[in-house]
Amino acid sequence: MAVGAYTRPTRLPDALAALRDGPCTVLAGGTDHFPARVTSTPDEAILDITALPELRGIRRLSDGGLTIGACATWSAVIAADLPSACDGLKAAAREVGGVQIQNRGTVGGNLCNASPAADGVPPLLSLDAEVELTSLDGVRRLPLDGFVLGNRRTTRRPDELLTAIRIPPAALDGTGRFLKLGARRYLVISIVMVAGTLVRAADDTIASARLAVGACSAAALRLRELEAALVGRPLAEAAATVTAQHLAGLAPIDDVRADGEYRCEAAAVLVRRCLADLAAA
Amino acid sequence: MTVTIALTVNGTERTATVDPGRRLARVLRDDLGLTGTKVGCDAGDCGACTVLLDGAQVCACLVSAAQANGASIVTVEGLADPDGRLSALQRAFHRHGAAQCGICTPGMLMAAADLLSREARPSRVQAMDALGGVLCRCTGYQKIVEAVLDVASNAPDPAMPASGVAVGARVARLDGTGRLDGSELYADDQHPDGTLWLKVLRSPHPLADFTLGNIDQWMAATPDVIAVLTAKDVPGSNSFGIYPTLKDQPVFAERFVRYRGEAVAAVVVENRAAFEGIDLVGFPITWNPRDAVVGIEAALAGGAAQLHDASPGNVLIRGRVATGDIDAVFAGADAVVEDDFETPFVEHAYIEPEAGWARPIDGLDGSRRIELRVTTQTPYMDRDEVAHVLGIAPERVRIIPSAVGGGFGGKLDQSVQLPLAVAAWTLGRPVAALWTRPESLASSTKRHPARMQAGLAADKSGRILGYRFNGDFDTGAYASWGPTVAGRVPVHAPGPYRVPAVLATSAAVYTDGPPAGAFRGFGVPQAAIAGEALMDRMADRLGIDRLEFRLTNALRAGDTTATGQRIEASVGLAACLEALQPHWREYLDTCSAADACGGPLRLGAGIGCMWYGCGNTSMSNPSIMRLGLKPNGSLVLYNGALDIGQGSHTIMAQIAADALGAPLSLIAQVCGDTDRTADAGKTSASRQTFVSGKASELAGRDLRAQLLRLANAGDDAVLDFEDGRVVVLHDGQTRAIDLEGLPVDSEGDALVGTGTFDPPTEPLNADGQGTPYATYAFAAQIALVEVDLELGTTKVLKMVAAHDVGRAINPTLVEGQIHGGIAQGLGLALMEEYLPGRTENLHDYLIPTFGDMPEITCILVEDPEPLGPNGAKGIGEPALVPTAPAILGAIRHATGVEITRVPALPHRVRAALRAQARAAE
Ligand SMILES: Cc1cc2nc3c(=O)[nH]c(=O)nc-3n(C[C@H](O)[C@H](O)[C@H](O)COP(=O)(O)OP(=O)(O)OC[C@H]3O[C@@H](n4cnc5c(N)ncnc54)[C@H](O)[C@@H]3O)c2cc1C
Ligand code: FES
Ligand code: FES
Repeated sequence: MAVGAYTRPTRLPDALAALRDGPCTVLAGGTDHFPARVTSTPDEAILDITALPELRGIRRLSDGGLTIGACATWSAVIAADLPSACDGLKAAAREVGGVQIQNRGTVGGNLCNASPAADGVPPLLSLDAEVELTSLDGVRRLPLDGFVLGNRRTTRRPDELLTAIRIPPAALDGTGRFLKLGARRYLVISIVMVAGTLVRAADDTIASARLAVGACSAAALRLRELEAALVGRPLAEAAATVTAQHLAGLAPIDDVRADGEYRCEAAAVLVRRCLADLAAA
Repeated sequence: MTVTIALTVNGTERTATVDPGRRLARVLRDDLGLTGTKVGCDAGDCGACTVLLDGAQVCACLVSAAQANGASIVTVEGLADPDGRLSALQRAFHRHGAAQCGICTPGMLMAAADLLSREARPSRVQAMDALGGVLCRCTGYQKIVEAVLDVASNAPDPAMPASGVAVGARVARLDGTGRLDGSELYADDQHPDGTLWLKVLRSPHPLADFTLGNIDQWMAATPDVIAVLTAKDVPGSNSFGIYPTLKDQPVFAERFVRYRGEAVAAVVVENRAAFEGIDLVGFPITWNPRDAVVGIEAALAGGAAQLHDASPGNVLIRGRVATGDIDAVFAGADAVVEDDFETPFVEHAYIEPEAGWARPIDGLDGSRRIELRVTTQTPYMDRDEVAHVLGIAPERVRIIPSAVGGGFGGKLDQSVQLPLAVAAWTLGRPVAALWTRPESLASSTKRHPARMQAGLAADKSGRILGYRFNGDFDTGAYASWGPTVAGRVPVHAPGPYRVPAVLATSAAVYTDGPPAGAFRGFGVPQAAIAGEALMDRMADRLGIDRLEFRLTNALRAGDTTATGQRIEASVGLAACLEALQPHWREYLDTCSAADACGGPLRLGAGIGCMWYGCGNTSMSNPSIMRLGLKPNGSLVLYNGALDIGQGSHTIMAQIAADALGAPLSLIAQVCGDTDRTADAGKTSASRQTFVSGKASELAGRDLRAQLLRLANAGDDAVLDFEDGRVVVLHDGQTRAIDLEGLPVDSEGDALVGTGTFDPPTEPLNADGQGTPYATYAFAAQIALVEVDLELGTTKVLKMVAAHDVGRAINPTLVEGQIHGGIAQGLGLALMEEYLPGRTENLHDYLIPTFGDMPEITCILVEDPEPLGPNGAKGIGEPALVPTAPAILGAIRHATGVEITRVPALPHRVRAALRAQARAAE
């Protein structure tokens, strides 16, 4: 596409052709796009993907999994009828900006923008989400872990579109939670956020758990060691299982919102609270 | 590239041929002329641009034109009922005083409309969640929530008061409708035809030398550029500043800059489209950054770079109040508490960025004049600054203020005015400007950061013996209001208490930070953080309840202050504290009950007191108001007291109406036009109700006296204003004054009443002794907070604010000031910190949202001020001063840790808790 061009295709193949044609900026809900263009606007070609019906909608798949269209808005997530494993994702959706932002901002945009503080990433990590990337060459699926690499970095190729996020059937068991810490109530970038899902066994022990922490590393992090340690533990001991070692992978920075030391400490508190809450659910 | 989009706006099919990537907010405002939708940030952060898109609220600054193609849009202009009457929602806002400056109101209304379309009777939480994406800097949100919850009642509009009972009535804002239907015109809402646009080139460095390159060549290569203006193009003096002898700031920097954001040049372009497209990245300028002097300590250090030749050691000015033998008192006291305190730069964050336009006009005598329409708190100072910079007489400058979308002191300084004046004057054409939000944050003044050392001495019975205070205030790169802060602080530092011995000193210190200027309280909120913290610690040390300790020491009528002023009347602090007692006991009981439950959440109660001198410190600050009577019996108040949202438009008319003896509904107004209104002084220093209110009262009385004289009637006569005549009833007699026969002046007024008031003050001597203010406002606030010990987060649950306002001319407006002041005080205590280059937008610079505000109860104490209009004094700044101390005291009560550096960000509270835990080991 030529610099200065703006296209809003209604068919996915047209969008993919435009991407193949040359570098262009993908525009979805615009809630990250426009704020980055307050003082100056780069010369760019824009591919507006909001008129592609394939990218909308949240559906259960025949295998029992769930697919979230890349252009599903946070409001659509809130309104969708989802299993309680997705409660954390819904809670995160309610915490993204204000209602205006939720009405426009998309799940796909949140992932592709790849902010370390993106509220969508930890809950989707805790749901073992995969991303679906589509180009004229076809579709490839990657675990979300392998997609968001760090601050503003993903493994999306310039000719690919993120078309959907998939949650495998196995990840939809149990309950989900999301806890966000910010310096004010609404419209706030997270200092730390924690998401978790937990499946309980019949004997009140933990059958499985998945936890992720955001804003404490370049990309949100799954706490796999902790998850392993939790399996088989009594529910009542869930929070007490957490040790400093489990959070050793976090490498938070100091910024205007908080210092790194605090972030580590708060992450530990939130992980324990998240587990206590899940265990009590 | 342009395309034609078709959309339904407020039920009407519209088309626009625009760049498909253009923001919907711009399409609505510039292409469709619907300026009711406001733009405060262009980044989704403020929500002022909220509209309904296919029924759902969205930020119009985050939607592209192409995305809006085919959609149905509703803006504030489409909210009224089909018959044109305000809708139930708009009327609820009006009734509750939910719009102050009104700049956030369209966004609030649209968010509320979205909610109400789904939920006719929402809960409080639903209302807050639905409106949580819109910021308001004026109201503290409480009246907005109340209005949204009360829409369904569809209660009638408040009645206009009859003759003689306007003062004290909860009159809805007289200028309210325009703020609710989108018709009010703010600074960027209206421009002369064919206006040029101006963009300022600003420094990216806090301290740097620069050389300008080949500007002609750059202009030739850059489309649409008409002119580039630099220091050499300033026709008069390239300097400005608040004090006539301290004009230390250049309109355009020469050779070097002193702060990040400082103006270097203005680029004037052909039209708005070129203005939006212009990129100054390639502007020919070479920067040589130097090591900047950051912060007070660096500026005062030996060997620090000298920032202004006239201020050795970088001290701009010092202030001092001394009384009693301070050393002896501290040596002999039973108890002494001391500590150091620190506060940061704080941003005003009015939602309306700086904007306006200037154009050359012809004077009556054919001479060339200049007219500016700008967002301002101080039209007369603008006039004089423009005249100084253009080198012309002040009378050749006309300032017509636009509606002001929030000020809080920030619009007491020059922003767009001077570059616009230079451009319009030299180019001979209208020129407009608008700052972006990052530009506004970088270039505008801030609250002074303070470093304070304080000590309090008392005897064991709980009587205060002495107070020692030194505060250094970072005035940034230029003086601005630094001298005002340095002068006001020592007077207020000891707090509203009887303090026999005081040594309070202050200094305003130059640094390479942004200029610190006027911000609601002029340094007093900072000083109160120190003083009130020590009051708490002393009370605890002596084992006395914190409220009782304050009550024991409260100033009372007849007491003498530290400046040696005997205050005879209107000293309502004790009454405020007594009114708070039952609430305070309830808070303390709630805290003890909660303590017993344990867990990481702790409750705490805190209290803050304040006093505040209304008007300028020891300086003349007169106000002149005029009330004209037209031959048709209508009245016009020529009101130069600018309403920046606080409500002076309504207050002045209420006072004038009662003084004259006319129904309020008869009074029309001309506001703040320097050609048509007399100088009423600045909207600052909590002076408009007291000073201009008094002038309004005197103007009303003067007109009344003239009418009574014409009718030869006594003062208890009743006036009836009819078309062509005034009927005077006295002693059962009726006399009609024929107005048609009277000669009229240039405004068409047959009779004009004039009122002038200048509050009586005296200069202070070297020890700060004298009468700095004619009257003081008093207040006490209490806060109940919940602190999460593990996360360090603080939630303010409830506050009760008791304010002695002398007389509440309009209780609804007074409450609105208190709510808004508390919101800003809460921000100061918990979240606000401006860091140049790092928090230059409204998502990194945080101000309180709906969800951060406590439930606030207001108690209005009316201890009348004999000098004030109907006994009234000010409320604007007093509302903010006690809030941060009350919240910080509550955090201390909850946790035991002393927060001496604000804001009390979660990580700072945790660091203090960790230190406390270590100390206990
Ligand atoms: C006031 C405000 C508050 C906010 N609060 C939060 C918050 O609390 N938490 C939070 O996580 N975020 C927050 N955000 C950020 C933002 O709203 C979210 O990240 C949102 O989900 C982004 O989605 P979007 O559709 O608007 O993305 P866009 O702005 O349209 O795009 C974002 C980026 O992703 C790319 N992109 C988008 N979709 C695709 C796709 N399908 N394929 C390939 N590339 C794509 C774009 O090119 C762009 O680089 C906030 C934003 C604002 C303005
Ligand atoms: S202008 Fe759109 S949110 Fe501020
Ligand atoms: S009334 Fe809300 S910002 Fe002024």
